[in-house]
Amino acid sequence: MLQISARQLDKTTILDVSGDIDLASSPEFRKAALRELRELRTPRVVLNLTAVRYIDSSGVASLVEALKASRDLGSRLILFGLNSGVREVLQLSKLIRVFEITDTEEQAVAR
Amino acid sequence: MSQSLLLKMELRSNPETLGVVRDALGKLAETLGFPEKECRAVVLAVDEALTNIIRHAYQGKTEQPIEASFRRIHVARDGLCRPALEIVLEDRGIRVNAEQLCGRALEDIRSGGLGLHFIRESMDAVEFRRRWGRNQLRMVKVLDTADPAKGS
Repeated sequence: MLQISARQLDKTTILDVSGDIDLASSPEFRKAALRELRELRTPRVVLNLTAVRYIDSSGVASLVEALKASRDLGSRLILFGLNSGVREVLQLSKLIRVFEITDTEEQAVAR
Repeated sequence: MSQSLLLKMELRSNPETLGVVRDALGKLAETLGFPEKECRAVVLAVDEALTNIIRHAYQGKTEQPIEASFRRIHVARDGLCRPALEIVLEDRGIRVNAEQLCGRALEDIRSGGLGLHFIRESMDAVEFRRRWGRNQLRMVKVLDTADPAKGS
């Protein structure tokens, strides 16, 4: 089961995501990320993926859509806390280099 | 080629059940001796294949039947007989264009094309066929052991 909660830190919103991002849950994940970017116009959105166990192609597609939205709006999307499995899937997609990725929350917020 | 059935699942085309299949399959691959990274690859391939069946063959309809069978087989590789996991998924949905197994360009990031790319990259063999009104997807993952005789 996917859970998403938001924290504010100055002009940054951190979305803490936990669970699996798959066919069943990716619409909710996509909606939460796009809401921050398109509706709330948050200048910097940080996705905390530390507690994400699994991501599939629909989750990667959601990430790419959020990245495109951030670029269109002049905001930033930063990911951190990727476990081995999530990192492997992004590498397999050959899209990992298009994302800003850090190891820790401190690094993500300091960027 | 010797075969032994390890597990058979009768599923419904419900996205909510994908997590259950992933957990069971991860355990099965681990039990067979696949390294952690290879277990994740097998789980990803099967999850993406089931996702494609739900989205494309059944066009999002839930409660449609999917059969998944998992067998231990042996395949010839580099002149040696290697143990492997064979996974066959069958559905009664609409005919899937076999050419789709080539996948789409990665620049086209719709998840359908990306899912097929993941399947092909994760498995050693991927074959699709249509017979008796069913789509059948066969995938094979070879277990690379230092001593192939031990893996049988």
